[in-house]
Formats: sequence, C-alpha cells, structure tokens
Amino acid sequence: MKQLLTGNEAAAEAAIQAGCRYYYGYPITPQNELINYMSWRMPEVDGAFIQAESEIAAINMVYGSAAAGGRAMTSSSSPGISLKQEGISYLAGSELPCVIVNIQRGGPGLGDISASQADYFQAVKGGGHGDYHVIVLAPGSAQEMADLVYDAFNLADKYRNPVMILGDAQIGQLVEPVEFHKKHTEYLPPKNWALTGAEGREKRVIKSFYPVKGQLEEFNAHLQRKYKLIEEHEVRYEAINMHDADIVLVAYGTSARICKEVVKKCLQYKFKVGLIRPITLWPFPKEIIRSVAERVHSILTVEMSAGQMVEDVRLAVEGRCPVHFYGRTGGGVPTSQEVIKKITEIEPDNRAAHSLRQLVEVK
Amino acid sequence: MTEKIILAGFGGQGMMLLGKLLAQAAMTEGKYVTYFPSYGTEVRGGTAVYHLIISNEEIFSPLIEETDTLIVMNQPSYQKYKGMLKHQGLLLLNSSMIKVNDLHEAHICKIPATEIASKLGNVLVSNIVMLGAYLTVKKLFSADMILDQLREMLKGKKTNLFAINKQALESGIQIVKSLS
Repeated sequence: MKQLLTGNEAAAEAAIQAGCRYYYGYPITPQNELINYMSWRMPEVDGAFIQAESEIAAINMVYGSAAAGGRAMTSSSSPGISLKQEGISYLAGSELPCVIVNIQRGGPGLGDISASQADYFQAVKGGGHGDYHVIVLAPGSAQEMADLVYDAFNLADKYRNPVMILGDAQIGQLVEPVEFHKKHTEYLPPKNWALTGAEGREKRVIKSFYPVKGQLEEFNAHLQRKYKLIEEHEVRYEAINMHDADIVLVAYGTSARICKEVVKKCLQYKFKVGLIRPITLWPFPKEIIRSVAERVHSILTVEMSAGQMVEDVRLAVEGRCPVHFYGRTGGGVPTSQEVIKKITEIEPDNRAAHSLRQLVEVK
Repeated sequence: MTEKIILAGFGGQGMMLLGKLLAQAAMTEGKYVTYFPSYGTEVRGGTAVYHLIISNEEIFSPLIEETDTLIVMNQPSYQKYKGMLKHQGLLLLNSSMIKVNDLHEAHICKIPATEIASKLGNVLVSNIVMLGAYLTVKKLFSADMILDQLREMLKGKKTNLFAINKQALESGIQIVKSLS
C-alpha cells in the first residue's frame, strides 16, 4: 500500500523494514522528519532510539552497535556530517557496516537550510582521514530513498563497509507516494566477526589500530582489494535517451530531476539531449560516461555546487569530448530554463538551438 | 494531464492540509504526485508556500516554474506569487483578504473564504471552502472522495469537526456554481 511520506520519513521507515534496530542522531534541519519518525517508530519495534548529546556521540554509538553486529544508522545534514567524519573514518578502518544519511544543506559553515549538493567531495573522496571509501547512494525521489536505504543496509553488511545516503533538502522534504516492497531475500554472510561475548569461542577484535610496522600496509591493501570489488560490482546509474544524443547531461538527485525536465523540453524542440544520472556516486559510473564521451558533441554536468562531481566526469571522459558545467550554490536550485539556456550557449549552431533560445527568452 | 498548483497563505490558514488532501486524492487515484512544502525559518504569520504537482506521467522537477493554478489566501502571498501564474491560468483567491491590484490574463475566481468560514462558526475551515471551490472549477476529484478522506483524517478525537468541514466544502462548491 502506498503512503504519502517525505523523503526523510521514507528513509526512516525503510531502515526499520531493513531490520535497523539502532538509531542515534542529533536534530538538524532539513533532516528532522527522519529523527522525529525514528523517535516514535523505534520503540514500536523494540529498537533503540537515542537523541545523542552531539553528532560525534551519535556516530560513535553507531560504531558500538555495529561492532556488536546490529544494523545501525545515524542521520544529519551537512554541518553535522562534518562533525561525524572522524567516526566515519574509524568505522571504515574497523570495517563496520552502518548507514549514514546526509540530507545536504547550503554551506560552507552553518550555511543555510536550503537544498545543496556541495558535500559531494566530502562524501566520495573520504571526508575523514586515511585511504578509505564509503559507498555513496544518491536517491532522486521519496520512493528511491526508501529503496536505496533498504539496499544500503545490505551493501554495508555484504562488504563490511559504511554506506552513505547523499540526499539534499529537497529530496528530504518533498512528499510523494512511497511503497515498501522490498523483501528480505538477499543472502548475507553471517557476522562471524561481531563482538557478541566470547564465551565458548575464540576472542574477536574490532579495531582500526595497527602499530606493528607492515601490518597497516597489509590491511590497507586488503581495503583496496575490497574497494576494487565494489567498483566492479556495485555501480548503478540511470541513462535516458542515450542512443542519438548530441549533448549528454550528467546530474544526480534533485539536479537530475530538473535535468529530466530539460531533456523532455529539448526533445520537444528536436534538440537531442540525453541524461546520465549516477545512483552510486562512489563507485562512480565511469564506464558509461567514458563510452558516451566517444560519440557525443559534449557533456554538461549540472550540480547544486560550484563544481564537484564535474571533476569525476572529467576524469572519466579523459579529454574525449568537452565537459561543461552549470551550477548553483548556497541553496540555489537550478531551473530547467537556466539549464536550457546553457545548452544553447554550448551548441549555438545546433539546428534546434534557435527555437530553444526563443523558449528561454520568452520568460 | 499535468496540473501544477501553488498554494500560499500565512501560517495557520491551512494550505498544508489543503495540499495534502489533494495529494492524497491523487495518490488514491493512482496518479503521480509530488508535494513540496516550504519549511524552516518561517515566522508566525509569515508566508507559507507549497508546490503541488499532479500528473498521469512521471513528475520531474518538484519545483514549479510556471503554475497552472494559484491558490492564495492573503495579500502578501498574492503579491509574492502572482507572477508565477501562467497565461490564462486559474487564480483562486480569498477575496476576504486580497485586493486584486493587477490586470491578470487569467481565470479569476474570488471566494470570500474567511467570511464564509467565520459565518459557519470556525475561521479555520476557510481552506476547505477554497478546496470546494477548486474542485468545482477544475473537476479533478469528486467532492465525495475528498469527504471520505476528511472523515478518515478526523477520526477519533476530531470527529465532531467533520460536520463543519463538510459544510465548508459545500459552501465552496455552491459559491462557484452561483458565480458561473
């Protein structure tokens, strides 16, 4: 049965249905619907809900529950996620599965509470110290938020790795019909590493500290092998109208929804525009972008940032075609008109550009 | 079919609920729907605005750039959002609190919603008066369906509020019929 839920509430309910029984958080707009939902829902399923004294406390509580083998989650928005970075590095270094939700708001600093995508670098390049990655999933609707949170717990357990859901204020706040239709079917390895009490078995150790020379390098090599495996198997993206596109847009989350509108409007004017929407930001869908770059005139990356994901697009393209960028910052959300205008500037001689320009100039 | 609606009023005029009832109706009928409420650093008495899109097709951007319908409850909301209405769109306004000061190439529907609600005995149902009016102009959903939802929503402690909400909805329907 479908329910009308905010993206934030969809994330919370999906976590419950995925078996998450430990939630720790500290309030911050624009993700408060998530912590609020958890505060009454967790007791219903005999789970633990703690409004921690700080974001730092919350992420370390997640560490504790994850080490004991539980499915644990925390959520916050940009400034709060910055506070959690030390804990995330420790979780990655201890190979502990957990889910962290970041409903991004404008930055830097305290910023504002509007939608933003300026935490991309922080999410996909590490954020904390050390050579590590978290798996980063970027939902584009309330329904996809539910689906991805569900998958996030499975991915976390499968790879013993933290998973981050990277949303934004708009994805968190919008209200859409949501259906919880995922079933517990996926096989997951038993947690034969969890700290469950050593009576009658060998002791187990969860740590991220390797002081003996050589051990840490060996452990890092193991992590890198794991990350390579994730890159090989877990890339997700949505591709629209790729077969004859002259220009391909690359965008995720809220920006991607606006770009879908752009694609639709452009096609009405016979301007061939396609869209690649990365669903996993790490691992990044490099292959599809590289192969598309061979046959299109150019690529346009659209973000609510000063230009972050565009760097990964350029790394994937490796000069095969020009890569352009359009972005808004500080809580600004691009309009489809702005993106269309940018497209006509990139391809002024395209046959459809003239009529498209009229569409934009009428406004 | 795609219907884009911007709803605005001051906090407390029930725009959130109005939008939610329409969104719920759309979902029940199996349509796509996206409802984007304003949030955050609002002040009491300040403007609250909601973007509601109902469609038979997938909805892309949840933010409306040009709206088919504008439902406004007070003067500041009217001033702020009148420019977003598309050519020949529907402007549904609470004439108890709004003075039209612009030439609109639009279908204007002036509903004295605050006045009607006050006469019914509860100013808080002015939003439901507007809903009745909207349903009569656009005919997207039946009044019966909306009443079923209201009944469901007011179950329990608020059951006694159903009667006045029903009256408010019917008043909204009647006034549009009498205007046309």
